[in-house]
Amino acid sequence: MMRREESQRRTIDIKDLSFERGAHLLIKRELNALPVGSSLGIRGSDPTLSVHLRAWCRAQGHDLSLNGDSGAAGVVAWITRGSASSGRWRDAQSTGRPDPKADAAVLNRPQPTWGLAARGARVESGGPEFSFALSDKEEVWADNVPKLYAQAAAAQWDPASAIDWDAEFELPVEVEQAVVQVMTYLIENENAALLVPARFLSQIHPHFREVMQLLAIQIADEARHVEVFTRRATLRGTELGLSTVSGQQSLKTLLDEPDFSLASFLLSVLGEGTFLNLLWFLEKHAPDPVTRQVARLTARDEGRHVAFGLSHLQYQLALDPLLRSRLSLAMNRRHDTLASTAGLNEEVFDALVILAAGEWTPEAIAEGYAKVQELQEEMHSDRTARLVKLGFPAEEASKLSALHTRNFM
Amino acid sequence: MPETLVLGAVAYDPKVVTIWEGFKQYFASRDLSFDYVLYSNYERQVESHLAGAFHIAWNSPLAWIRTKRQAEANGQRVAAIVMRDTDQDLTSLVIVKSDSGIKTIPDLKSKRVAVGAVDSPQATLLPLSYLRGQGLTPELDFAVVYHDLLAGKHGDHIGGEREAARALMAGKVDAACLIDGNYLAFAAEGTLPAGATRVLGQTAAYDHCNFTVGPAAPEQLVIRFRELLLNMSYDDAQVRPLMDLEGLKAWREGRLEGYRALDKAVDEAGFYDAKGRIAAANYRY
Repeated sequence: MMRREESQRRTIDIKDLSFERGAHLLIKRELNALPVGSSLGIRGSDPTLSVHLRAWCRAQGHDLSLNGDSGAAGVVAWITRGSASSGRWRDAQSTGRPDPKADAAVLNRPQPTWGLAARGARVESGGPEFSFALSDKEEVWADNVPKLYAQAAAAQWDPASAIDWDAEFELPVEVEQAVVQVMTYLIENENAALLVPARFLSQIHPHFREVMQLLAIQIADEARHVEVFTRRATLRGTELGLSTVSGQQSLKTLLDEPDFSLASFLLSVLGEGTFLNLLWFLEKHAPDPVTRQVARLTARDEGRHVAFGLSHLQYQLALDPLLRSRLSLAMNRRHDTLASTAGLNEEVFDALVILAAGEWTPEAIAEGYAKVQELQEEMHSDRTARLVKLGFPAEEASKLSALHTRNFM
Repeated sequence: MPETLVLGAVAYDPKVVTIWEGFKQYFASRDLSFDYVLYSNYERQVESHLAGAFHIAWNSPLAWIRTKRQAEANGQRVAAIVMRDTDQDLTSLVIVKSDSGIKTIPDLKSKRVAVGAVDSPQATLLPLSYLRGQGLTPELDFAVVYHDLLAGKHGDHIGGEREAARALMAGKVDAACLIDGNYLAFAAEGTLPAGATRVLGQTAAYDHCNFTVGPAAPEQLVIRFRELLLNMSYDDAQVRPLMDLEGLKAWREGRLEGYRALDKAVDEAGFYDAKGRIAAANYRY
């Protein structure tokens, strides 16, 4: 390509390049460098050049003069730059910055018309209004979200290879049944832990890219958990266990919570937090190596889910201390709703005892029972500690923790 | 005086509803009460227009020719007031495959030439008239292969031209006629691979659609309508999507000289008679 200035009018020579092979790119580039109303002479040898120039200029809103004034030899046409291409970007809006650490990168209230645009892109004005219910930074953000996302992305594991499914073990039938019952219970809880963030994910303004990405991975984590719990449950060909009304009633209250922060409090901080204790318990006391591996890997993921829930609520509480009383109300409300239900199903409780006992001797059962009681105490004490992290005074935190569902999640 | 200006348009594509709903909103926000009625074909639209069913028609060039002929025969007055920038100075092309032995127009003798719908100005009537001007009589000197998608829509639907281009690439015909803009579009979408075709002939420039004011149109509302259209700016983010849908960057004053070639082509093809009655025997819509 050659450029020339002739009588202060610019020309370019696009040689034999045709519009069928991208000629418009060179022409557009030259025109963009010129003010609206000035001319560009086109030289070129493709036989369809003038035919395509006519159609292209018409569609782009440029004036065209074919075989125009002969001021420049070999010029096929003169294009006069129209205003349409610049007019389109006149009121375009800037939308923050891609790097969350940069100044004014993540804005408090991204516009609905920014829609699906990448954060930091220039967005043409006049676009459709998207209705993202969660479009307030305060409602979703936490300053460590980018870090949590990076950790989550790095910590993904493949269920097929991360667990030694062929590890050898032999369990008494009832102990295997107890493991299967616990797995059955875990699966329904993880179904809730998958669906709750999934419902909010589609409501988050994509400007909060890292939150969207973190929740997406969280959902993928739960998908994997559902897989490995199912795989462990069916490893020995045993039928799946029982699902109770009270368990589902408890989980349904999580799905019914319409507020993102409250749902994240109930699910991530309290539910998944309590689950962490349960998974650690299984990692330590499960009677077979496969269950122990499954518990170890899933606990690692759940830890991140809890961390995001806590970080987000800490961020929001710093801006809106009144949120604390709403959190407390949400716990009370859930407790009242579940007051008339049975709580943790007997089958799961007994299964945990048997699983921890590992055999049918009075001594082993007593030991298993003690371990499960210890687990419940740990759950309460860790839950209380998390509530204290959210700024609840110790005594209130302990009272609130006691209101948590007996179903654990 | 009626309070609402009513426009007639042909529903050649579902997006037509979006376009006129958008215009309705645009005019309403500027104190012009506006409504529209849709027709499935231009022939019924022209007849209804002159019968006073609505005020302004968004007419294809062929519908304009028919409206003008019928109006003159009836002693009615009609006018083409506004058109798109993209309606002006169009050309149609006759293309062949690059490796074809056809080097000049006379080489088309005894060959098969693909055209669009029988009622397409740009893909049938104008290029056939061009070939006639070059000394070849359609059907006598060469076979005309029609691609009749959605007849009655006057070629507004791109499908007929695409079928003609595909027929050329498939070797079913020796040449194909299409509008210059679609030649570019078919290259971009891959229907016509780069370098696979060349241009054998090109018509003189002609004009396409226009807003036609009919005999029953209320003058003051028409003045306001025209003024609002000409003031639409592509810089305005509110109206730009509408202009993009309708395919223009600016509205222009209507002009008549760009329809002369089609007027002649219509006579040559015997499509309408001098009074705007349908004369083409093979026209079904």
